Amino acid sequence: MDSLSWGQILSQIFLLFWPVWTGMLLIFAISIFTKERTGLYGRLFDSPIGMIGFAVVMFWALTAVFADLIVTFDSLQQLSGMKNKPPGTPARGYEGQYFLLGGDNLARDVFSRVVMGSRTVLSIAPAATMFAFMMGITLGLAAGYFGGRLDTALSFLANLVLAFPVILLFYLLVTPEIRVTGIPVFMAAVLFVFPVVFFVILINSRTYTQPVKRNALVAITLVAGAWAYSGLAFNMDPLGIFYMDPNLLNIFVSVVFVNSPTVFRIVRGLTLDIKTRDYVAAAQTRGEGPWYIMLWEILPNARGPLIVDFCLRVGYTTILLGTLGFFGLGVSPESPDWGSTINEGRKLLSVFPHPAVPPAVALMSLVLGLNLLADGLREQSLRD
Amino acid sequence: MGKFIINRCGIMALTILCLTFVVFFLTNLHPNLEKLAKTQANMRMTDDQVVTWLESRGYLQPLFIRYGEWLGVVPSFLQTSEDGRQRGRCVRPGVPSEQTSRYCGVLQGNFGFSTVFKEEVSDIVAKRLALTGWLMFYVMIVMVPTALVVGVLAGMREGSKTDRSLSTFSIATTATPEYVSGVIFIAIFASSAVGLKWFKGTATSAMDEITFANFTLPVMTMALYGMGYIARMTRASMAEVMTAQYIRTARLKGVSFHGIVLKHALRNALIAPFTVIMLQFPWLLTGVVIVETLFNYKGFGWALVQAASNNDIELLLGCSIVAVVVVLLTQLISDIGYVYLNPRIRVN
Repeated sequence: MDSLSWGQILSQIFLLFWPVWTGMLLIFAISIFTKERTGLYGRLFDSPIGMIGFAVVMFWALTAVFADLIVTFDSLQQLSGMKNKPPGTPARGYEGQYFLLGGDNLARDVFSRVVMGSRTVLSIAPAATMFAFMMGITLGLAAGYFGGRLDTALSFLANLVLAFPVILLFYLLVTPEIRVTGIPVFMAAVLFVFPVVFFVILINSRTYTQPVKRNALVAITLVAGAWAYSGLAFNMDPLGIFYMDPNLLNIFVSVVFVNSPTVFRIVRGLTLDIKTRDYVAAAQTRGEGPWYIMLWEILPNARGPLIVDFCLRVGYTTILLGTLGFFGLGVSPESPDWGSTINEGRKLLSVFPHPAVPPAVALMSLVLGLNLLADGLREQSLRD
Repeated sequence: MGKFIINRCGIMALTILCLTFVVFFLTNLHPNLEKLAKTQANMRMTDDQVVTWLESRGYLQPLFIRYGEWLGVVPSFLQTSEDGRQRGRCVRPGVPSEQTSRYCGVLQGNFGFSTVFKEEVSDIVAKRLALTGWLMFYVMIVMVPTALVVGVLAGMREGSKTDRSLSTFSIATTATPEYVSGVIFIAIFASSAVGLKWFKGTATSAMDEITFANFTLPVMTMALYGMGYIARMTRASMAEVMTAQYIRTARLKGVSFHGIVLKHALRNALIAPFTVIMLQFPWLLTGVVIVETLFNYKGFGWALVQAASNNDIELLLGCSIVAVVVVLLTQLISDIGYVYLNPRIRVN
């Protein structure tokens, strides 16, 4: 069998992504059809930049979802004789199958690894950013609204973490030795409390005037929260649904820890600004509690900048995860995530550039998509 | 102003104290010490041997005492063996045992001894920082003017085609971390298989002599990532200035567009990017670690990685002091500079 030309490689790859194209077509058709009724999300489709960004992000999100349908080989399978073979080489022993983007130095299919890698990246980055936001919002609102000693102490702590070079922090926090001491579990125990606390306060402050409804909702949140908490932080979920690999927990916790001070600072700044508005004074005069004002008056009015920052921060978290992989920290060497694939490929970069370039381009396009999406959202949210 | 600076220096000292303690705590966890003992002495030591090794070097004293020793406020660990030979952090070859000083920590100007490089920490840090200084110098020379020009060109006519394309370019550079652009650059410009072979893919030889061939790629890789952010800030600031009243007045007076941009807008538009450029230094620090690892340039970032992966406690502490001082000092300079550049702001 002959090797494929570049045109054939690209058209084969294009065809393999059919579930993604179908999904994107559907999402775009529905979104554009209903854009009058979906608020900020709908207005995104008025800005070309926002639409491009959204398309790229959706592409990778759907790739992560349909990764099993797209891959041509198992991402860990090693085929003898395929070591460092150039893109388009026929797979030995598989009639009519090709290593579309070549083989890496362990004779695995680069294309399948990049596709599977999207799953690792997209399952950690948005979730970690979400947790960082929960923590940053809860503490930032309180620091900005109450001010005083609480603000001074929290701001000092946030600046302390921010003064740390990120790499040094990762080298100290993401090691097998640290895992033995149980520090990641301890940090998870502290960090993972914040989402539960956030939702309980959110519901309680809204419904405390209707005790029956309040009790029911808070009880549901607490049970669900405690269930997820026990599984994620301590790996003690009685039903075994919530589970996090210790390696993954270590990375997750460190990324949340690095991200939350910045979110804290943004939320604190926004709160200080919004606190002086008339509607906050009106709520205070009505006799609303401080947490009601924070979560139901201030937070909704700060959503624009926060949504934009969320998109940017998912991109930044993706870069951070890549950095971790690049230094070989945390993730197992088998893992197909983009950072560690780049790291593995760079050792032979000047001789065989093909294993390192596809994950690099993938990571870049995802972050670029997120940045463009954030830009489009900012443009549209400033319009009114 | 004086009070403000003193206040900030106080906070800086407190921050350094807290951060070094955190680093000290994390590097002195028992598994880390065990790793240190095994890499230093023998990989196949038994647990008892590890304990003996650590004990004989004073690693098993309480944490606060050891931190005090490192700071120089607690007398240092000193052990005299039967033949009268001393062992401890104050012992120096060639100095008779009676003259060995009791305190030798950071306050006495002694930053300790690196277990990886077998050298004084202060020597290593100075040597490596000098190398990184060159890298930073060239990065700044490339990055700052390019970013400012791109930002001013984009912001001077908001919404134009130039603006759109330059803004997209800046977003693209901020979305490309160093390890991605570095890999792509090496593949394009330095790969011996398919590339253009213009530059070298490693910067090891740049440690002795910086040439165009061996230093272009690392400098380009680092400058590109930081550039987009500065350019976007400059663009925003320039676009804002261009809508100001005095620009309209100048226009109505009949000043040419060139004249407006160069004489009226530029100076006011460059205040905001100054802060951003200063705050970019801490970012560059992370970039330095990645780029130096990727291009094998043995500067400060490389030393940090070596120290961290070998749990070299005292070198890591030295490195973190430098890093923290850089971060906080640039914050201070940016605050002070901002006051001087913008007379409307006063520090109380």
